[in-house]
Amino acid sequence: MVKKISKIPFNGTPEQEARLKEVINESKHDKSLLMHVMQQAQLIYGYLPFEVQVMIAEGMDIPLEKVYGVSTFYAQFALSPSGKYSISVCLGTACYVKGSQDVLNKICEKLGIEPGECTPDGLFSIEACRCIGACGLAPVMMINDDVYGRLDASQVDGILDKYMA
Amino acid sequence: MYRAHVLVCGGTGCTSSNSLEIIKALESSIAEAGLAEEIKVIKTGCFGLCALGPIMIVYPEGCFYCQVKPEDVQEIVDEHLLKGRPVKRLIYKEGSNLEMAKSLNNTDFYKKQHRIALRNCGVIDPENINEYIAMDGYQALAKCLTEMTPADVIKVVKDSGLRGRGGGGFPTGLKWEFTAKNQADQKYVVCNADEGDPGAFMDRSVLEGDPHAIIEAMTICGYATGATEGYIYVRAEYPIAVKRLEIAIGQAKELGLLGKNIFDSGFDFDLHIRLGAGAFVCGEETALMTSIEGNRGEPRPRPPYPAVKGLFGKPTTENNVETFANIPQILLHGAEHFASMGTERSKGTKVFALGGKIKNTGLVEIPMGTTLREVIEDIGGGIPGGKKFKAAQTGGPSGGCIPASLIDTEIDYDNLTAIGCMMGSGGLIVMDEDNCMVDIAKFFLDFTVDESCGKCSPCRIGTKRMMELLEKITSGKGTLEDIDKLEELAYYIKQNSLCGLGQTAPNPVLATLKFFREEYIAHVVDKKCPAGVCKALLNYVIDPDKCRGCTMCAKVCPAGAISGTVKNPHTIDTSLCLKCGACMEKCKFNAISKK
Repeated sequence: MVKKISKIPFNGTPEQEARLKEVINESKHDKSLLMHVMQQAQLIYGYLPFEVQVMIAEGMDIPLEKVYGVSTFYAQFALSPSGKYSISVCLGTACYVKGSQDVLNKICEKLGIEPGECTPDGLFSIEACRCIGACGLAPVMMINDDVYGRLDASQVDGILDKYMA
Repeated sequence: MYRAHVLVCGGTGCTSSNSLEIIKALESSIAEAGLAEEIKVIKTGCFGLCALGPIMIVYPEGCFYCQVKPEDVQEIVDEHLLKGRPVKRLIYKEGSNLEMAKSLNNTDFYKKQHRIALRNCGVIDPENINEYIAMDGYQALAKCLTEMTPADVIKVVKDSGLRGRGGGGFPTGLKWEFTAKNQADQKYVVCNADEGDPGAFMDRSVLEGDPHAIIEAMTICGYATGATEGYIYVRAEYPIAVKRLEIAIGQAKELGLLGKNIFDSGFDFDLHIRLGAGAFVCGEETALMTSIEGNRGEPRPRPPYPAVKGLFGKPTTENNVETFANIPQILLHGAEHFASMGTERSKGTKVFALGGKIKNTGLVEIPMGTTLREVIEDIGGGIPGGKKFKAAQTGGPSGGCIPASLIDTEIDYDNLTAIGCMMGSGGLIVMDEDNCMVDIAKFFLDFTVDESCGKCSPCRIGTKRMMELLEKITSGKGTLEDIDKLEELAYYIKQNSLCGLGQTAPNPVLATLKFFREEYIAHVVDKKCPAGVCKALLNYVIDPDKCRGCTMCAKVCPAGAISGTVKNPHTIDTSLCLKCGACMEKCKFNAISKK
């Protein structure tokens, strides 16, 4: 999997840094908690920019190359920020056979971006995900924490318009 | 004492269709009607019939409401709970004359099921340990710790014939025995809850609906194998499951069912939760352990097997969620009881996640040996829209498919393997005549290309090359030699990959080639996609009899490929057409089709 690395400059706040330090201090006794620290860091910053990975590597006393290796291995770790509204369209099998690819294509076409990207105004980002476990509602997509089920491509305009307003 | 209980599903499917709001509305309406002392609302785990969510059951009648909306709640409270008159329009109906189902267990969907792993899902409140205990919870653990030796426990599990439900089908008792035999200062129990197979969600339902069963089973496993610490590795995509597990672990510790000196037996056991981060390969046991250790989740060569050198280099037993969910029941009711269900070499039940082109999507637990026909036609309610059943896909990206001609296959490990398919974790995706099998094979290969960890070259490079061949075929540029090359490559990858992911990655291609070779041939020789899915092989056409000349299609066409005058039939210039489908979506008269 190829990760899109953000070119947006890092603008973390001292509060965020203090929270990250707290997490690191709680976990640095056990190096196997690296992924846990990275998950928490992603909750704090929204993604894992290079600067944050350096802080984690130094704080946990783990080589930066290993932190970077882990961040690029797992799909959940984002190296670029997501939009205010993060859209994930499920391409799990149950959704796929019921036409979720059409839904994804329609959203990409409407927003003019590809999966893994963010609109220039920072409002929307799209990703294709693998099964959120709501196969009974296939095809499914999520916008932040809102779940939309039993979709078809024609509903996309109406749903996105709600968030654009 | 309450006079009635209202159970509302709080599983992922129903939560996604708003069941939490229904619970809120119910509680406030009940309080308003002054019934708060008489009626209790309980948020349960998954009932299984996700297609009809949100689901609500009112006891003592067992009245089964489906697709309930928040605005229906007032009526249910006023009519049913206050006046005792069930709201007929919301009761689940089935059959041709839409008979009302009297109770859950009498519906076609539940009648043929036999619930062991899912026994408490949709029955108890998963966030309350007392409800689990009331359903004989932790009794099996008490029995093991006070009446049985570790060797006795292993013998019962072995005699039960339980095999791993995560995909491999390895005998569970044997696995436990291997770890038990190895001496070490520290051993571990690991629960694989990294349910990565897209389309399978039974493990999530067990964790959400009955988390204590997993805690109890892992503790039993710890006692049997000599481990004092356990890890549950859960997908980060399952937040409800993680939350309920955390609550359950806290409650078990409070009651002394987890921690030091459990049941005064001198046995200590502690549990940790670790979250995955979205890597399919971590469902492979050695990769999962590498991931718990905080590394990139790459698999390790076996041997040494985890029973010798597993997590943190110590002997480790790893089982998946559904396997563990069977354990307390086996120890409580004995090996013979469990072994009396199923077929000769596959005992007990299996949970399947029914999905795709089927009416009753959801979770079903059936005795091994049930035929695919019973699952699809009787339990699943058949294919919607009068379409024809084409194939059922099992085992996800590692599995194969069962074609319509083999619909009477009795489902068990060996029968599925014999037809080149596999049980897998239990995803069962039903496909109808509108699904292209080459496209499905491509879909799964796209998944494995994406999820290959990159450690060994047969998987990393081989799957990519297979993908390129499939793309060539679905875009109409393939030749008959490409099909042969695809098949040859598939066998190489199977034989030479390091772990289960690579060894099984070619299965979807091999299975579709075996049963649907003529579809591949149609793609390369006739340059046609018989199911009408592969875009490059389709042409959009306007039916002149149906077209009213409204000009909508011509306006929406981004390529200017549609021409015609007002009130006269339009035509599409196939050389300009981008095959985006915009015209078809806009046409109000169904005049445009793909051919």
